[in-house]
Amino acid sequence: MLLRTKGIPINIDDYIVGRITTDPTNIDSHSILLCEDEIPEFEYFKGLAIITKQQEPRLDNKEKVVFKIPALNHLTNGDLISIGLDGNISTLYRVNSYHNTLLATERCNSNCLMCSQPPKDKNDIPLLYSIYQKLIPLIPKDCIEIGISGGEPTLMGQLFFELLSQLKTELPNTEIHVLTNGRSFAWINMAEKLNRLGYNRLMLGIPVYADYYQVHDYIVQTENAFYQTILGLHNLASLSQRLEVRVVLHKQTIPRLTRLAKYIYKNLPFVEHVAFMGLEYIGYTPHNIQKLWIDPYDYQNELGEAVEFLAGQGMHVSIYNTPLCVLPERLWKFARKSISDWKNDYLPECSLCTKLNECGGLFTWNLKKHSEYIRPFIT
Amino acid sequence: MQEVQKSDRRSRKFNDIDHYNLKTNGKYYLLPFRFQRITSEKEIIVNEVGDYLILPKGTFERIVKRLIQKETEPELYGDLIANFFISEEKISPLVDILATRYRTKKHFLNYFTGLHIFVISLRCEHTCFYCQVSRVTENKDKYDMPISDIDKGIELMFKSPNPHVTMEFQGGEALLAFDNIKYAVERSEKIASKMNKGITFVICTNLALITEEILQYCKEHKILISTSLDGPKYIHDSNRNKPHASSYEYAIKGIELARKILGHDQVSALMTTTKLSLEYPVEIVDEYFNLGFQGVFLRNISPYGFALRTEKSKYSTEKFLFFYKKALNRILEYNFKGHYFTEDLARIFLTKILTPFNVGFVDLQSPAGLISGVIVFNYDGGVYATDESRMLAEQKDYTFKLGTLGNNYNELYFGKKAQEIAQIWSNEALAGCSECAFQQYCGADPVHNHATQGDMYGYRPNSDFCQKNMEIIRYLIELMEGDERIKKIFESWVKQRN
Repeated sequence: MLLRTKGIPINIDDYIVGRITTDPTNIDSHSILLCEDEIPEFEYFKGLAIITKQQEPRLDNKEKVVFKIPALNHLTNGDLISIGLDGNISTLYRVNSYHNTLLATERCNSNCLMCSQPPKDKNDIPLLYSIYQKLIPLIPKDCIEIGISGGEPTLMGQLFFELLSQLKTELPNTEIHVLTNGRSFAWINMAEKLNRLGYNRLMLGIPVYADYYQVHDYIVQTENAFYQTILGLHNLASLSQRLEVRVVLHKQTIPRLTRLAKYIYKNLPFVEHVAFMGLEYIGYTPHNIQKLWIDPYDYQNELGEAVEFLAGQGMHVSIYNTPLCVLPERLWKFARKSISDWKNDYLPECSLCTKLNECGGLFTWNLKKHSEYIRPFIT
Repeated sequence: MQEVQKSDRRSRKFNDIDHYNLKTNGKYYLLPFRFQRITSEKEIIVNEVGDYLILPKGTFERIVKRLIQKETEPELYGDLIANFFISEEKISPLVDILATRYRTKKHFLNYFTGLHIFVISLRCEHTCFYCQVSRVTENKDKYDMPISDIDKGIELMFKSPNPHVTMEFQGGEALLAFDNIKYAVERSEKIASKMNKGITFVICTNLALITEEILQYCKEHKILISTSLDGPKYIHDSNRNKPHASSYEYAIKGIELARKILGHDQVSALMTTTKLSLEYPVEIVDEYFNLGFQGVFLRNISPYGFALRTEKSKYSTEKFLFFYKKALNRILEYNFKGHYFTEDLARIFLTKILTPFNVGFVDLQSPAGLISGVIVFNYDGGVYATDESRMLAEQKDYTFKLGTLGNNYNELYFGKKAQEIAQIWSNEALAGCSECAFQQYCGADPVHNHATQGDMYGYRPNSDFCQKNMEIIRYLIELMEGDERIKKIFESWVKQRN
């Protein structure tokens, strides 16, 4: 799915964040008018900007316009977008999706072998933060869930807490799910700061890849990361922060996976949810594929043992990013349709499958690298 | 957009796993742990919070001699680090996690006394041969707890800092004094609600006197029923004599009626293993299973009291262990067939072995549960540290008498006697226990030591408490290490239900 597009900007002198409307008679001060046809004449245009596919639109000098945009049909009424000075149009919030995420920053203090969104050493934080400050008040109040990811969101520092604080005020009924490596919370003052927000709709998803520090540190390519993450989890739990542990399944995590399950139960029994996640073939993964690839079919036993042990002790467990046909049937009840709509796809042979509706399918980018054992169920 | 300062930037080049070795000086440190041979080929090491590893024999020695190297035995080395047996730094980087886990294991200490036993009457209409204390008599004045003492007991009970107390009525046969029970329940309910405390009521009864009317009252006041059932009729009636009647018939009818009125899970039963029972492990288990219980608690006979007055009722710990294993195997057979059916002693041990939590079971905790977990108010106004303590008193042994209901709270709970007992109620500080691999799974029982060996401190090498518990723990571990199915079953027994 298209989330970015670009056209030629006119009169755009600052980042614009606004709400798409296709109805020229219904413009307010946050509107961005999407014009399929001729730009109508306005006595006074109250909106923020006008965007159009047109090659040579009728222009009057005052209005902010982006034209000659190749495609706009991915946008619908109510979507929230940003327009950059260069005419870049990014979708920030899709009103018809449950999978909206704020990218807090592309900076990261880890460098995981299988990172799906490799870090960039650019200081994008002030700009992104200022965009979200404008965005958050525009998000519908009945939004069910918003994710915050990165990079490492806590690298925002004080702005991380400001962002959460604003979300809490503007969207009191929305669940917030933050993906963080948790390392920053090894310092108790960070955990206390979070705790002071008193934000009970906030859940932190924190990855733990092994029970033994050296394996985890190798996977995240950072010394001391394991100890920091475990201390972080511990500090957060001591302040009753809601927590989830995330484990990515690949050649480096499988050998100690059942031990990791025991470790989680013994040392982190307070976590609300444990998610075991299939590998994404994007970002760093293609580069490191020799170190990472193991066919999901070949780790069924280890995964089954880990999942059933934790579930057997009363913990809430899920399997993400894994098609049903590579899971033994007894694990299906743990499989979730976890892949966000805009990056979800199926193989051609899946069209024959009778379980298609229950199956989470694949990441679009995993169509290039997938289990050898994907077979449609035909009954 | 601004580039991040070069000095703030990290290399994005990938390193191999050796790069992340934090051990610089080639040495590791030992964290506290203990060891024990468990089969001819295997030994167990157990850390300070009860996590264990089963290893080939000789491994303990190699660990201690610093012969385990991560380069040659990466898996074992990783296991030892991950499970808090060794550390690469003098103080483990996760020492705070270990501390939290230790506090979790000792969580039962947080609330102080929960179980308050009221011996509401010593009178009984049974004459069970193993009973230490009861009297067949009509003399209420002498053998029922007077109202004034009930009041004092209740007052003490509500002085406990525990936010949830249990009030358990024992006998004799408690139902012989049912009017007094009603008085005590209603008075306690009022106080509990005023103080905003939780309270659970339990009546221990042989059920011979149970009626629909009594059970309706129990239902109204959410009182649980705990009864005795020693096995099939021929065992039960032989152990538990009711003149001119069958105790078994009363028990079965009573269980049925109580379940009907109170609900299936509001009725529990306890068995006592006599010399006769030793011959019938399978039949006893089957009896409990067929009656629809979720499990059975295989309890050996108290090695003191009237029970042992006659030589012919004595049996050795070996005999009990043989019986226990036979019965446990029968229980496992039911589980193999897909039934959930537990053995409760095993469940207590397994909770300590397999989970990060603990159970406050008075006889198997350290510090021991007497006073801090349980207290007994006797019919005659005596206050005792445990149920067994008051039974010793019936033989004129007042070692564990803390005082009387006339004393105040501090005198009873923190008095000289309590202080004396507190010296020896932690197995961490007892010779023979302090270095035992199973220390975290076991407990201290000063009353038992005193009753069987003549002093509270006890002597481990010939202690039957020690012999029994160590072998059961060892056996449970051997079973689950030898059979994946049994491990799964045991794990299902200790699942935390929420």
